[in-house]
Amino acid sequence: MSFGRACLVALLFVFALCVGHTAARAATVDEALAHFTADDFDQTEIGINEVAASGNPRAEIILRALQNGQLMFSAARKAVYIQDDSGKLVDAATGQAIADPSPDDLDNVRINNRLRGTIDAALGTLTLLSKNPATRYKAAQAVFKSHEPSALPTLEKAIAQEADNSVKQAMEQARAAILLNMPGVSDAQKLAAIAVLRDRGDQDALALLSDLPARESPTVAHAALDAIHAIQARLAEWDAVQNAWYGVSLGSVLLLAAIGLAITFGVMGVINMAHGEMVMLGAYVTFAVQEAIRGYDPALFDYSLAIAIPLAFLFSGIVGILIERSIIRFLYGRPLETLLATWGLSLVLQQAVRTIFGADNRNVGNPSFMSGAFNLGGITVTNNRLWIVCFALVVFVALIGILRFTRLGLEMRAVTQNRAMAASMGIRTSRIDALTFGLGSGIAGIAGVALSQIDNVSPNLGQGYIIDSFMVVVFGGVGNLWGTFVGSFLLGIANKFLEPYAGAVLGKITILVLIILFIQKRPRGLFALKGRAVEA
Amino acid sequence: MTHAATHPLIRSLDRGAVLFVAAMATIAVAVPVLNLAVPPTSALHVSTYLVALFGKYACYALLALSIDLIWGYCGILSLGHGAFFALGGYAMGMYLMRQIGTRGVYANPILPDFMVFLNWHELPFAWYGFQHFAYAALMVVLVPGALAFVFGWFAFRSRVTGVYLSIITQALTYALMLGFFRNNFGFGGNNGLTDFKDILGFKVEAETTRAALFSISCLAVILGFFVCRTVVSSKLGKVLIAIRDAEARTRFLGYRVESYKLFVFTLSACIAGIAGALYVPQVGIINPSEFAPGNSIEEVIWVAIGGRGTLAGAAIGAVLVNYAKTYFTSGILAPYWLYILGGLFIAVTVLLPRGIVGSLLHWTALRRDRASAAAEEGVAEPLPAE
Repeated sequence: MSFGRACLVALLFVFALCVGHTAARAATVDEALAHFTADDFDQTEIGINEVAASGNPRAEIILRALQNGQLMFSAARKAVYIQDDSGKLVDAATGQAIADPSPDDLDNVRINNRLRGTIDAALGTLTLLSKNPATRYKAAQAVFKSHEPSALPTLEKAIAQEADNSVKQAMEQARAAILLNMPGVSDAQKLAAIAVLRDRGDQDALALLSDLPARESPTVAHAALDAIHAIQARLAEWDAVQNAWYGVSLGSVLLLAAIGLAITFGVMGVINMAHGEMVMLGAYVTFAVQEAIRGYDPALFDYSLAIAIPLAFLFSGIVGILIERSIIRFLYGRPLETLLATWGLSLVLQQAVRTIFGADNRNVGNPSFMSGAFNLGGITVTNNRLWIVCFALVVFVALIGILRFTRLGLEMRAVTQNRAMAASMGIRTSRIDALTFGLGSGIAGIAGVALSQIDNVSPNLGQGYIIDSFMVVVFGGVGNLWGTFVGSFLLGIANKFLEPYAGAVLGKITILVLIILFIQKRPRGLFALKGRAVEA
Repeated sequence: MTHAATHPLIRSLDRGAVLFVAAMATIAVAVPVLNLAVPPTSALHVSTYLVALFGKYACYALLALSIDLIWGYCGILSLGHGAFFALGGYAMGMYLMRQIGTRGVYANPILPDFMVFLNWHELPFAWYGFQHFAYAALMVVLVPGALAFVFGWFAFRSRVTGVYLSIITQALTYALMLGFFRNNFGFGGNNGLTDFKDILGFKVEAETTRAALFSISCLAVILGFFVCRTVVSSKLGKVLIAIRDAEARTRFLGYRVESYKLFVFTLSACIAGIAGALYVPQVGIINPSEFAPGNSIEEVIWVAIGGRGTLAGAAIGAVLVNYAKTYFTSGILAPYWLYILGGLFIAVTVLLPRGIVGSLLHWTALRRDRASAAAEEGVAEPLPAE
C-alpha cells in the first residue's frame, strides 16, 4: 500500500520535473542563440556556454555546426540557422526547415582558436545533461579523467538533477577529481573529495591522490595518505581476487581438457596420448560448422557453438571408438605400448588435419554473447572465460550424472573396480571399453569447441594441453573424477598465483617440480582408489 | 644358473653380439679411410656429408642402447631420456663455447657472445671450469648421472612405477625445456649454443676432425654395448629382468628393487649424456628443443622398432628410423613423414611387439627348437611383461 503510494508520488514528481525543465530549457536556448547574432567573439563565447548549459537536446548539434562553420546568422532577423552540406537552411533552435526565402545578410558565426577550445570543453560537459543515463555516465567518466575546472558548473547542475544512483556516484567522483585539482578550494571540501575518491578505490583514484600529500595542508595530506593506504590495501585484495579468477578460468580449461582423459585412463588404464588430438578435432569441427554457417545462413552464427557441441561430441566420439576397436583393444595389459601407439596416432591425426585444413591457424569466431567483458567489483571478467567456466562445470556435472545414474555409468564403474568380476556378472567388458573410450574422446571433442574460443585453432592445439592434462589426472588421482576436478582447479589457481612472483615460465616449472615431488609422496595422486583395483 | 650356455636365445644373442661389435668396428675404421684416403672421384669414396650424418646416427644408437638398458631389461619406460642426452650435449657445448675465445662476434676472451649480448659482465658460476676439456668430460657424465640419481632416488623409493613414472619423466624434460628456453637461465636461451670453432685444438669443421669424431662415436657405441652386455648378462642383469617381469615378487624374494633400478637408471643416464656430448660437435649446435618431450618419445620408438631387450637391435633401430627420417624429410615425400613415423609407432606396437631384431631372434630360436626337439612343441619365449 505505502509502496504503491510512494511510487505514485515519485512518478508525479518526475513528471513535474520533466515539464518544468523542458519549459526552462526552451527559453534559455533561444536566449543563448541570440548571443550569436552579435558578431562578437565575447558574445559568441557566452552563447556557447549558455547553449551548453541549456541542456537542450539540440545543443550538441548547434555546437557541432558552429565548430564546422555551418552555423549562420542573420543580424536583420535576429535569427540563427544551420546550413547543411547541400546549402539548405534549418532553424537552429527547432531544426525545422525555414519556409520564407533565405535572408540577404546571411553570414557565418565566426570563431577563433580560443572559441574552438571553449566549444570542445562545452561539448564534453554537454553530454552530462543528456537524457540517456549511459551517455551521462560516460560523460562523467570523461570529466573524471580530464578534471577540467570549466566543467564544474555543469557538473554541479547535473548532480543536482541526477536520479540514477550509479551515474550520480560517477559524477560526484568527477567533481571530487576537479576539486582536488582546482585552486581556492577549502580544506573541508577537499577532505570530502578525498573521501569520495577513497570510496572509488581504484588505480585512477590512487593516481589523483598520489601527489596530494606533498602539496596540501597537513590535515588534507594526512587524509590523502590514509586514503592512499586504504586504496592500496583494497587493490591488493582485488588483485588476489583477480588472480583467483584467472586461476579458476585456467582450472576450468584444464578440467575440460583432462576430464575425458581421466575417464579413459581411470576406467581402462589406457594412456591416450592422442587425447589432445581429440580436443583439436573438436575445435576443427567448430571451425567447419562456422564455415558452413557463413556459407549458408549467417544469421545462425550465434548458434554455431550450440550446433558444434553435439557434432564435435559425435565426431570425436566416433573417431575414439574407431581407434579403440582398431588399435587399442589389441594392446590391453600393455599400457606402455598403448602410450607409444597412441602417440603415433596423434602424429598421424595432426598431419591429417594439416593436410586437409593447412598448417595455419584457422579463424574461429566468438558468438556475440561470448565477446565483451564486464567489471565485478575491482576485477574484469571477460564473457568468454565466464562461459567456459560455466560450461566446464556443466560438463563435469553431466559426466558425474552419467557415471552415477545411467546403466552405462554403472557398468563402467563395475569394470573400473573389478574387470574380471564385472565380466563374470555378464557385463560385456569389451563393449564397455569401446563406449568408455568413445565417451572420453567425445568429451575431449566438446572441450575442443570451448577451447576454440580462447586458443588458436591449429593442428598443434592438442599438444599444448596433453602434458598439462596428464599432470592434472596424475595429480588428482586416477579413477576418480573429483580428483580431476580438485586437481585442475588447484593447479590452475596455484599457477596463476605463482605467475606474478615467478613469471609465467618459472611458475610453470615450479608447478611441474611440485607435482613431481608430490607424486613421490602420493604415487597414486590426491584421491587414490583403494582396494584391489589398485593392483589391477 | 647356466642359462647363458644353454638358452638358445642367449646363445644366438652372443653370436649376434660378436657380429654387431665386428660390424661396428669395421665401420669405425673403414668409413674414415674411405672418406679421407680414397679420392672423391672414386666410386668407393664416402662423402663428408655422409660421415657427419652417420656420426650423428652413431650417437643416436648409443642413446638407444641406454634406453634399451632400462626399458628392455628393467621395464622402466623413461619418456625423458632426451633430457639426459641434451644435458650431456650442453656440457660439451659449454666447453666448445669457451674454446671460441676472442674469435666470437664480440671478441670477449671469457664471455660467450650471447652473454655479452645480454649485457652480462661476469661468467655465471655454472660455467666455471668448462674451459678444461677434462672437467667438461667429467660433467658430461656427472650432470645427467646426478640428475638421474636424485630423480630416481625419489621416484623408485616411493615406488612410482609404470605409466606414472613415464609421465613424470616427461614432466621432467618438459620443465627442463621451459627452463633452458629462458635467457636468464644462462645457457643461451632459445638459440642455444652454436658457432663452435675447435675441439681440443682441432677445427670442428675440418674433414679429419669429423672423421675422427665418427670413429670415436662408433667406438663409444661399441664400449656402451659392452657395458650394457656386461650388466645384463651378469647376476645383476638377471635381477633386473626379474624386476621387469615381476617387480613385487622380486621384492618379496628379498632384493632391494629400488637400488637395482636406481643403479641402472643412473648408468643409463650417463651413457645418454655421453651420446649427447658426441652429438653436439658433429651437428654444431645444441638448443632447448632437444629437451622437447616429443623427441624423447621418438627415441623410445627407435628401441621398439629395433627390438627392446636386444641392445644391438636398439642401436640398429635408431639408425634405421633416422635414416628413414633423413630420406623422407629431405625429398618430396616430406609431408608424409609424420604419417610414416606415426604408422611405425602403431604398426610396431600392434603387429611387431618384439621389434625387427627381436622377431628375427625369436623366429630363428623357434626354428632351432623345432629342429632339435622334433618330438616336443617349441616353447615360445614369453614377451617381456610391462
